[in-house]
Amino acid sequence: MSDSRAAGGQAVDQNGGGISRPQQSYEGVALVAPTSIPYQRYSIETAHWWIARALGTALRTAGMKPAELDGFSVSSFTLFPDTAVGLTQHLGLTPRWLDHIPMGGASGVISLRKAARAVQAGDADIVACVAGDTNHIDSFRSLLSSFSRFAMDASYPYGYGGPNANFALLTDRYMHEYGATREDFGRICVAQRHNALNNPGAVMKKPLTLEQYLDARPIADPIALFDCVMPCAGAEAFLVMTVEEAQRRNLPFATISGAIERHNAHASDPIQLRGGWTIDIDDLWSQAGCAPADIDLLQTYDDYPVISMMQIEDLGFCAKGTAAQFVRDHDLTVTGDFPHNTSGGQLSGGQAGAAGGFIGLVEAIRQVTGQAGPTQVAGASRAMVSGFGMINYDRGVCSSAAILQGGQA
Amino acid sequence: MTQLADLAQALASGAIRMVDLTHRLDPDFPVIILPPEFGQCARFRMEEVSAYDHRGPAWKWHNISMSEHTGTHFDAPSHWISGRDVAHGAVDEIPLQAFVGPVVVIDCSEGAAADDDFELTVAEIQSWEAEHGPIPEDAWVLMRTDWSKRRGAAYLNMQDDGPHSPGPDPEAMRYLVEHRNIRGFGTETVGTDAGQGMHYVPPYPAHFILHGAGKYGLQCLNNLDQLPATGAMLIAAPLKIKGGTGSPLRVLALVEETA
Amino acid sequence: MSTPLQPPPKKNPQNRTLSPTRPPEARSRAALGLTAAAAEGRFALQVCAACGSVQYPPRDACSTCLSVNLPWRDIDPHGDLLAETTVRTSTNLYFRERAPWRLGSVKLNAGPVILCHVHGDVAPRSPVRLINRLDRAGQGVLFALPLDRSPNMEDDPQLRALTSDPKHRRVLITEGRSDLAPVLAKALVTAGASTIFVGVSETWRPNPQQQALSEIAQVEILPLDVTDASSTRELAGEIGGKVDILINTARFIRPGSALTRADTAFAQQEMDVNYLGLMRLAQSFGPGMCARTADGVNAATAWVNILSAHALMPAPGFGSFSASQAAALSLSQSLRGEFRGAGLRLMNVFTGPTEDDWHQPLPPPKVLPRGLARSIVAGLHDGLEDVYCGDVAQDLIARMRRDPKVLEREMTMGAADGL
Repeated sequence: MSDSRAAGGQAVDQNGGGISRPQQSYEGVALVAPTSIPYQRYSIETAHWWIARALGTALRTAGMKPAELDGFSVSSFTLFPDTAVGLTQHLGLTPRWLDHIPMGGASGVISLRKAARAVQAGDADIVACVAGDTNHIDSFRSLLSSFSRFAMDASYPYGYGGPNANFALLTDRYMHEYGATREDFGRICVAQRHNALNNPGAVMKKPLTLEQYLDARPIADPIALFDCVMPCAGAEAFLVMTVEEAQRRNLPFATISGAIERHNAHASDPIQLRGGWTIDIDDLWSQAGCAPADIDLLQTYDDYPVISMMQIEDLGFCAKGTAAQFVRDHDLTVTGDFPHNTSGGQLSGGQAGAAGGFIGLVEAIRQVTGQAGPTQVAGASRAMVSGFGMINYDRGVCSSAAILQGGQA
Repeated sequence: MTQLADLAQALASGAIRMVDLTHRLDPDFPVIILPPEFGQCARFRMEEVSAYDHRGPAWKWHNISMSEHTGTHFDAPSHWISGRDVAHGAVDEIPLQAFVGPVVVIDCSEGAAADDDFELTVAEIQSWEAEHGPIPEDAWVLMRTDWSKRRGAAYLNMQDDGPHSPGPDPEAMRYLVEHRNIRGFGTETVGTDAGQGMHYVPPYPAHFILHGAGKYGLQCLNNLDQLPATGAMLIAAPLKIKGGTGSPLRVLALVEETA
Repeated sequence: MSTPLQPPPKKNPQNRTLSPTRPPEARSRAALGLTAAAAEGRFALQVCAACGSVQYPPRDACSTCLSVNLPWRDIDPHGDLLAETTVRTSTNLYFRERAPWRLGSVKLNAGPVILCHVHGDVAPRSPVRLINRLDRAGQGVLFALPLDRSPNMEDDPQLRALTSDPKHRRVLITEGRSDLAPVLAKALVTAGASTIFVGVSETWRPNPQQQALSEIAQVEILPLDVTDASSTRELAGEIGGKVDILINTARFIRPGSALTRADTAFAQQEMDVNYLGLMRLAQSFGPGMCARTADGVNAATAWVNILSAHALMPAPGFGSFSASQAAALSLSQSLRGEFRGAGLRLMNVFTGPTEDDWHQPLPPPKVLPRGLARSIVAGLHDGLEDVYCGDVAQDLIARMRRDPKVLEREMTMGAADGL
């Protein structure tokens, strides 16, 4: 495990051999109309219904009709048998640019990256990035059973614990390697619940104490009930257009200071204690021209608190293995010194399938444009968002991150 | 046809009693056992084809299988090498008259109870004739041993040197065939021959002598203790199997009550 | 150490028998290589023929060099347990009913990282040895054991769920006339079986094994004739609900092939016993056993057929018998598919010529009852599907795998001289 201990911020050998050309900036691209449709634990509606509601709301916010939209990017697990193609006809869209991002928790930032390039290049004027899923009584079980070939062959036959079991293994090893305790993970969960209580759209409505967290029913040791997200139905959306277009429409907008993604990083690490961010993080900070101290709020992908800790380390807020101390030393609530997952994240907001990959990004756009309402971080102008997704076998394969800033209307 | 009307009347009144000399065709009923390198006698088997179910909603029926020589059965002359050239030697060729006729019963039950290898000898037959008169020509002769009352392994009574059960010796068979010109010979055991009949000269004398002379055999008979020594009528009609050497059958006897 | 398994209490007749559930069955075609190895109890993974790197999970292309030539090879099963968890809730009914369930992440010395079941006696973060076994869905799964044997280790509930261990189980041996019967009954008793029902056909004939069988206290002799549907049904009606393992030892064999025999009488008997007998037993005992695969400590677990290795390729001089064995093998394979829905394992034990009257003219090596019994019990211990007992059977399967057509010609060369 020695190599992973030394991992933070270090681009390693087998991962693509480094970057040959500097990445171009996302200048001139605006993110507008952050939209969240309040989540429901179970829904009798379909993914199409949830996506239509998020898209409709975002377009109304921007004063647009569906026919005016010429770019569409969708992320969803429960559209089957449809894809983005079926949705165009279903929703009456005639885009000249169409994308489908099946990357789960990493899909928000990745959708943003692609849409921004399309707008910069003129392949599309306005792209709607939408994620949504429904949750029927049995749909989580059905989703698990068809998630990936490696999971089907080599993960589910072993106790069928789903992601709980995978993350329990990572958590077990992380605790052993770095001395993190359940109390440390509990701090993240308790702070997010505190944030969620200010978010009327969150699924979780009751306060959570550290004692309740520690006493919760064990799910897959060392993971207990409040380490797990609650699968639910919901949708998230935002629009990508030029800054000029946003200004012409008089819309508050955010800009992209930098964005990265990476897949199947550190394949030779025997167990995942770091994500693909470590390869690209230096590049991200240099794209954005800022440092961790300049970030006003952080939205990590939080399907389990151990993953939030890994991101706090791998994105550069503290050294590898010290996130437990970091969360002991900081207040992660909206009013704290390190505002984190300000809408409650997935742990308290709920995990609406692929919308879980958008929840932090949409909240960050609201925050840096001053539209976050009851969860608004005072004076927030720069936010970092990271995504993590797709437990294909024993680890999450996709990672992404972006730094956003509030634009000048 | 007053004779048949009289017969019907007698059967209805009980003046003539019917006796069933047949064992049930049962999968677990013993059959003759030969050394394993020889072909074997097929056991009776019954496979359900349908039973008022999806295989046939309104009917129940079985496919059955067995040897010509399974259960209570009839031996035709063509069963044995000595009878292979006998005219009308197969079951489908035997004249109808052979299937109904007089029957006498020689009671050897006492001897068989004392000795598993009890032999029916000329002396035994002559002693019977002294009491009941000479065996009439063209009659069935049945050897009563009460062997049919035996169950399980006691029936074949198989030992390391083969089965042990009573039967006729060669001289007795010659006497019955050559001097009494009987129609056929029947037993309660699994064959017309004694269990150790292979050690006689000729081996299996009942089979050899009976069939060589165009006579018939009946074996695995039941209820012989319900027949009189003389005076009964036997009905034993084998199935009309083309070229068949024998046949399972229902064997009946008609007995006149002497009330 | 594992808690020693206690004999099950008598069943409460007021309780409903648990319906069988299964772990997930779906697998990619590549992953079925693991199942094929598990069927014989081998630990094998894909090894790239081009660059030698060991692959897991099973793939269609090497993740080091993109070669698509990835044969399955037996490899070193040792590694280290990196992390573990105990799953206490699952959306899969099989695991939900058996929770808590221990699993872990093992770094194999050979390279890959393996998610696997973990034996209760494995210490956290310790060295382990992996085995490859069939689970109740009939698929190969990997299981981490401690390096050293621990007391009662076969009683670990997760391990027992993978095997067909005879301990505390009731076994039916279908034919008690062969000299295998008493030897096998003894071996099963030694392995902890609680009752050995022995079927004996034609009780009106003496049984040469009667004495030897009646000397074993756990043996119950009952009438059973696999050629008689009423007999198999009747016995199933009597004891069908108590048969946890069925071992079909019934066999009819005579020398000869089509032209060396003049009729089909023996062939019919061969088919009647060896092929239709299996079908009658399956129709009589199969449904009851399938309904009892989740019935506690002595749940129904395995169906065993003793087949000639010449079910795979006919033996010279035994063409007709071999055909009946091939028919039985084919039926057993579809039966295995039918049983799998309930989690009932079907094990075929392929044997070379056995030491008996019909193989007396054949030269050694021949399989003795003792060796056959040992293979059967070992196969049950390991929950196998295919066991090759004796040198002849192992030689035959090895040559068959090399080239079936070559083997056919090898086996039949010189046969025409015998006519």
